[in-house]
Amino acid sequence: MALTGVLRPGHVALRVMDMAKAVWHYTEVLGLIEVARDAQGRVFLKAWDEHDHHSVVLRETDEAGIDYMGFRVDSPATLARLAKEIELSGLATELSWVAAGEHPGTGQRFRFTTPTGHVIELYAEKDKVGNGMPTLNPEVWPDGLRGMAPSRFDHCLLYGDDIDNTIKLFIDVLGFTLTEKVVAGPDQMIIAAFLTCSNKPHDVAFIRHPVKGKLHHASFILESWGEVLKAADIITKRRVSHDIGPTRHGITRGETIYFFDPSGNRNEVFSGGYISYPDRPMLTWTDDEVGRAIFYHDRELNESFLSVVT
Amino acid sequence: MSFNILLENNGERFRCSGEENVLLGMECLGRRGIPVGCRGGGCGVCKVQVLDGAYRVEKMSRACISEDERRRGFALACRLFADGDLRLQVVGKMARALGAT
Repeated sequence: MALTGVLRPGHVALRVMDMAKAVWHYTEVLGLIEVARDAQGRVFLKAWDEHDHHSVVLRETDEAGIDYMGFRVDSPATLARLAKEIELSGLATELSWVAAGEHPGTGQRFRFTTPTGHVIELYAEKDKVGNGMPTLNPEVWPDGLRGMAPSRFDHCLLYGDDIDNTIKLFIDVLGFTLTEKVVAGPDQMIIAAFLTCSNKPHDVAFIRHPVKGKLHHASFILESWGEVLKAADIITKRRVSHDIGPTRHGITRGETIYFFDPSGNRNEVFSGGYISYPDRPMLTWTDDEVGRAIFYHDRELNESFLSVVT
Repeated sequence: MSFNILLENNGERFRCSGEENVLLGMECLGRRGIPVGCRGGGCGVCKVQVLDGAYRVEKMSRACISEDERRRGFALACRLFADGDLRLQVVGKMARALGAT
């Protein structure tokens, strides 16, 4: 197989302050499917076209934000190899193994903290529960979809301080490619980095921010610009806290809308974006053009994009 | 019931129903003064201190409002409901990322 090593973002675990409201948001508004609850009260959900058991984990506590993001790797052998290489790199801290079954239907996970203070996991095994359609002569979408109904969890944008060493960790150790970056100042310091492990414009992104471990958004992919516009209708119809959009990003070219869950965690749904092969030349944006890079139509950054994180 | 809300920082005054949070009350009238963030009690940019007046709050992220701060009258405007006229000091701010710009 040509796509090897780290395959994709597999799950994001979010902290919420009111589980009932959060479940309403992630099922009725966003349109994920609840697949399990555990003894701790965590709720596990998936998007309709994901075959794996779950991609979103909600945990009720007294603050918002991200607990961790998990990536699926291609095999247990790759998981063991990457765990060793992460340790040898010295770029990550708080390395640990999480036992198989700690997430329902999921094998053991290797957990580490990036220099930006984000907890990242790798795992090789998660049950395939299917997408509601047969794999022999299927339809194109299943019945019973609700809300925005993205087909899958796509990426996270994370805010933290030491993005230089985090980029190094993702590229040199985990095998990601830097597709786009934003640079600033006379030293061309990287202030934003878009990283892919696949053919997507990004699977995870980082923006330089004084505080460690912050979540800017968790993003889910829709099929078309029309579905993004319909998502905007749903945001108003359900009186959801709206951030910005529908608009388009210069970076990644994605067509996007941002909104917040009831605990203030930002969500994105988007469509489009280019196909990225590993030999695609990296794109660079300078800080004097960062407005157009982030919001291609308005050509200016809003305060919220830079400041509102959980 | 609706009440008078006064923002000490910019002198903005607006009426706000006791049934809607102070941030929403401000936004609905097109008034300015309290930074608007997630509107869910999670991000902390709409942080205020109640200098005067009766109020109640809903759940706010502990990362934004400590228990001590809560006792001292700090609140997130998106979780703050007036039970009387309120005088507020805006303390939340937009702490910009992309530090170099």
